[in-house]
Amino acid sequence: MKIVVAIKQVPVRDSQLRIDGTGKWIDEAELDYEVNEPDAYALEAALQLKERYGGEAVVLSAGPARVLQTIREALAKGADRAIHIEEDMGALDPLAAARLLAAAVKSEAPDLVLTGLQSDDLGYGQTGVIMAELLGLPHSTIVMQVEVREGGIRVKRELENGWYRNVDMPLPALLAIQSGFGKLRYATLMGIKKARTKEIRRLTAADLGVAPESATVTVDRVYVPERNKRAQLIPGGPREAAERLVEILRFEARIL
Amino acid sequence: MSVLAVLEQRPAPDGSPAWNRMSFETLAAAQQIAAALDITASAAVAGQGVETLARELAARRLRAVYAVEHDLLKHYTADGFTTALRQLIERVAPRFVLFPHSYQVRDFLPKLAASMGRVAVSDAVSHRIDGGQVVLVRQLFQGKVYVDMRFAGGAPHFASLQAGAYRAEQAEAGEAPVETFVPRLAAGDIRTRPLPMFREGERNVDLTAAEIVVSVGRGVKEAENIAVVEKLARALGAELAASRPICDAGWLPISRQVGSSGQTVAPKLYVAVGISGAIQHLVGMKGSRTVVAINKDPNAPIFEVADYGVVGDLFEVVPALTAAIEKIK
Repeated sequence: MKIVVAIKQVPVRDSQLRIDGTGKWIDEAELDYEVNEPDAYALEAALQLKERYGGEAVVLSAGPARVLQTIREALAKGADRAIHIEEDMGALDPLAAARLLAAAVKSEAPDLVLTGLQSDDLGYGQTGVIMAELLGLPHSTIVMQVEVREGGIRVKRELENGWYRNVDMPLPALLAIQSGFGKLRYATLMGIKKARTKEIRRLTAADLGVAPESATVTVDRVYVPERNKRAQLIPGGPREAAERLVEILRFEARIL
Repeated sequence: MSVLAVLEQRPAPDGSPAWNRMSFETLAAAQQIAAALDITASAAVAGQGVETLARELAARRLRAVYAVEHDLLKHYTADGFTTALRQLIERVAPRFVLFPHSYQVRDFLPKLAASMGRVAVSDAVSHRIDGGQVVLVRQLFQGKVYVDMRFAGGAPHFASLQAGAYRAEQAEAGEAPVETFVPRLAAGDIRTRPLPMFREGERNVDLTAAEIVVSVGRGVKEAENIAVVEKLARALGAELAASRPICDAGWLPISRQVGSSGQTVAPKLYVAVGISGAIQHLVGMKGSRTVVAINKDPNAPIFEVADYGVVGDLFEVVPALTAAIEKIK
């Protein structure tokens, strides 16, 4: 089974964010980056499926040169090779992003395309499903398990309120993987060593023949919201604050 | 030109269609936007046997209600719903199409919008009208940053609305004609085959019965560190709970998860430790009577729903709190 897994690099979770000079995106200077956590689960799913059914796991990621770090980590964990679409993605809308990614997937003609459920930065939760539409593939989202069966795959989808549903679907297909798909693995020393020799194909939007199209949604401004901070913050060092909090919970809130 | 609210039904335990409560939030939003732009609002619901539900909407202030009815829509599929709703949208030609940001909508709306060359503004939390245009507000970076977005180009414009962003009880009463819309749909259009829904195992932990819940989030960093928070729970006689990432990582069982994909709790006291307060978690605990948050980030959204907060290192604050509680026992 040939699998392409699309992963995104995002600012690390506890980054202090500042708005950039245009007021339409964040200031990327001085930020540290890591793999988007939901995509780490998509990568894990790709590696597990490859181990179970054989074949190849190809990592696909779009972004500036810094993305190479995240790609190398994926190769060190066991992906076979990678495609890097070297373009500045910024606040690109999910249709524009999906056009680039889908063009790269097309040339690979995989059996399965995997993505995470959503990104921790933009959070649209759409890129995978749009890719499926652009590629003419059936899709399932919020996928917890994948099993290859006669004529295709059976996937377990998570629904709301603790419900699940299995769905049978043909291959090729696109799946958006739910976080918690499996236990995330670490790269081994051997894996890190091997990764150095693995192929990373570099492509640009021009190489892929994708020209920018006029957007149907536009960003007015990005801003830090005014917080209507309701919590009464308890000052002091840990011990002082803890004792004051217990007092409040006993005598004001009357809980303890 | 109108605002079309696409409402969501799901099968009740007896198999008959029933409303997803978020539908009426979407209906209220559609009415508000329509009123502000001086256009009309309509509503649609798709499925099999949904005419009874659609007739319930006849008592709402809407220009039209569409029951999108077909045997092949009995069980949700992205292919079936996309094809059917696209035909309705082409027929009705609305200016805006609004959806609840449910799991089901997330599964097909991006496809529906892309099939019409559009991008949906997903998970919007509010709107305002500016120069006759709708500006939608979304959250980026788990709510740390917001973005104002506008639509460009021609209609239809698609958006989905975050759970709780609009108030269902604000949906206005009135009168509306109900029309059945039968889409052209063939079995061959649907490439996936959904099997029956099921629940998994019995929930062995009932967090909803606990008077006090101590909940741990990714601020705890390592599985081994959960013991620190567990001690606090024990001192308080509380149930230990967690946010999703902790259960995803397998550090605590999923039966202890609070949030949209876990349990919804409303205890007397909810202590959130190292939980930033993503909306998916907040919906599961915001009904708690008193909320205490311990987090190192003073800008964490959890402080917006907490009554009392301590900004600091949980590995210092939690043991101090445990000791302070043990002292009064």
